[in-house]
Amino acid sequence: MALEEQGIPSVAVHTHVFARLVRATAYANGMPKSRQAFVPQPVVDKSAAELREYIEGVDPVSRRPFMQEVIEGLTGPLDAADLTGLSFERSTPRLLEPDAEENLQALFEKNHWTDYLPVVLPTEERVAAMLKGTSQAPNKVVGCMRPTSFREFWEYTVEKVAVNAVMAGAKPEYFPVILALASTGETAKCSSTTSMTNLAVVNGPIREEIGMNCGIGAMGPYNHANATIGRAYQLLSQNLQGGSVPDESYMGTLGNPFAYSFCFAENEERSPWEPLHVTRGMKANDSAVSVFFGGRHMQDGFGPRETWEEKMRRCLSAGDGVFPPLLILDPIVARLFKERGVESKRQLIDWCAQNAQLPAREYWDEQWVQTLLLPLAHAGVEPYATRFKAKPDETVCMFEAKDINVVVVGGETQGAWKILGARHQATVSVDAWR
Amino acid sequence: MALITVHDPRGYPPKVTGKRLAPRPESLDGRRVWLVDCLFDNSEPFMNELRSWFAQHLPKVETRMIKPRQSWVDDPEMRNKIASEGGAAILGVGL
Repeated sequence: MALEEQGIPSVAVHTHVFARLVRATAYANGMPKSRQAFVPQPVVDKSAAELREYIEGVDPVSRRPFMQEVIEGLTGPLDAADLTGLSFERSTPRLLEPDAEENLQALFEKNHWTDYLPVVLPTEERVAAMLKGTSQAPNKVVGCMRPTSFREFWEYTVEKVAVNAVMAGAKPEYFPVILALASTGETAKCSSTTSMTNLAVVNGPIREEIGMNCGIGAMGPYNHANATIGRAYQLLSQNLQGGSVPDESYMGTLGNPFAYSFCFAENEERSPWEPLHVTRGMKANDSAVSVFFGGRHMQDGFGPRETWEEKMRRCLSAGDGVFPPLLILDPIVARLFKERGVESKRQLIDWCAQNAQLPAREYWDEQWVQTLLLPLAHAGVEPYATRFKAKPDETVCMFEAKDINVVVVGGETQGAWKILGARHQATVSVDAWR
Repeated sequence: MALITVHDPRGYPPKVTGKRLAPRPESLDGRRVWLVDCLFDNSEPFMNELRSWFAQHLPKVETRMIKPRQSWVDDPEMRNKIASEGGAAILGVGL
């Protein structure tokens, strides 16, 4: 669409499963009649001959010959609507029409405003009570969010965040954490086909103040604050950014179970190492929340056992090369590492950076490494350019130490550890939102 | 039946400003068509086949392959090159 604005007639080619998303995006960009043509899904893994069949075949959306769509899209006459585009103002009301509770529950579900579990309806009284959890003005703009980089940003206020916090069942004392999460502008409901989501890690005194769990079952459904803060982050992401609707603004083919709620506190008191928020530049007495993006794959193990290095190497290389490892260690594991001479998270991170390796052939064949990182290698951006120079059977390091993180959590009933593919996106102050 | 009033949970969408399409030529004959490889998996072979199709069926059209610097990221430099040298564009295969 930007090329059209620069005077270049354009046709964008998509696979047919994105037809609704494409229409919605074109509409929201004021160019609803931008020319599109569609080929069948998938394009990935198709041979040149099969791709040629697509080109010589029928557009599965318009049911007309694909190349006819393309050529006419570039040369066909324009009508009045093409010459003006579509301008309009949208808004959302502060309050909905009064109705019975069960009708409102049904309305929220019909409008895709829920996670398909019952929500606490955001009455004026409940939202007002939530707003008492912060000193911030209800009409203060907290930030803006969008489901992906080609969609438009939607904006939201403290009150709008409070509405979603109520829906998640959160208590007012949790509200500063939820506002801090909203302030990152990092959506937990990314529209990607690869079904990513976000998780939140809370550090500092707020953990104890609001009774968060960093012990037994911290990552599971065993604590009100953990559960509802994580759920609030998911609900506010989908509602404040303008939706997360399958086939329209959410395209994750498998979906992600972490997208119900994924929030826990670091067990700073039982960890032998510095807490995450300190590593990320905050003071130990600050309350902070960190956002990680990914959650596509998870490996796990116990120990460290005698062969922990072999096991961890396998786990590190089993994930994809785009999302760096987030190591989640029970305090037993962290202390056992320390007894083995790993004095800091940094030392473990450096070991991971050096030992997460793949043959270059496998690394560069990974779909998203190829899509996202190969262009950077071609452009000379390091470390990708150097990795690209490796011969096919030479090993390349998959990650840089700066992108790897370690969090200590758990109740010491087992020396368990996990490696989650998740990229650190932000660490922000909770205190700023009290 | 008791009625209750609740808040709308959605954020505030931006104002949408209409944008016009670029003027269209009557024909592509003698014109340049940029084949923009959006860098998604297998989009380059797709664009190669598209180029081959033009060579076979519309040989008077000049096709040029071009790639943005990164996938998922707008590349104003690439757009400016296309705009300054003129022609039409086919972008793909993207979302």
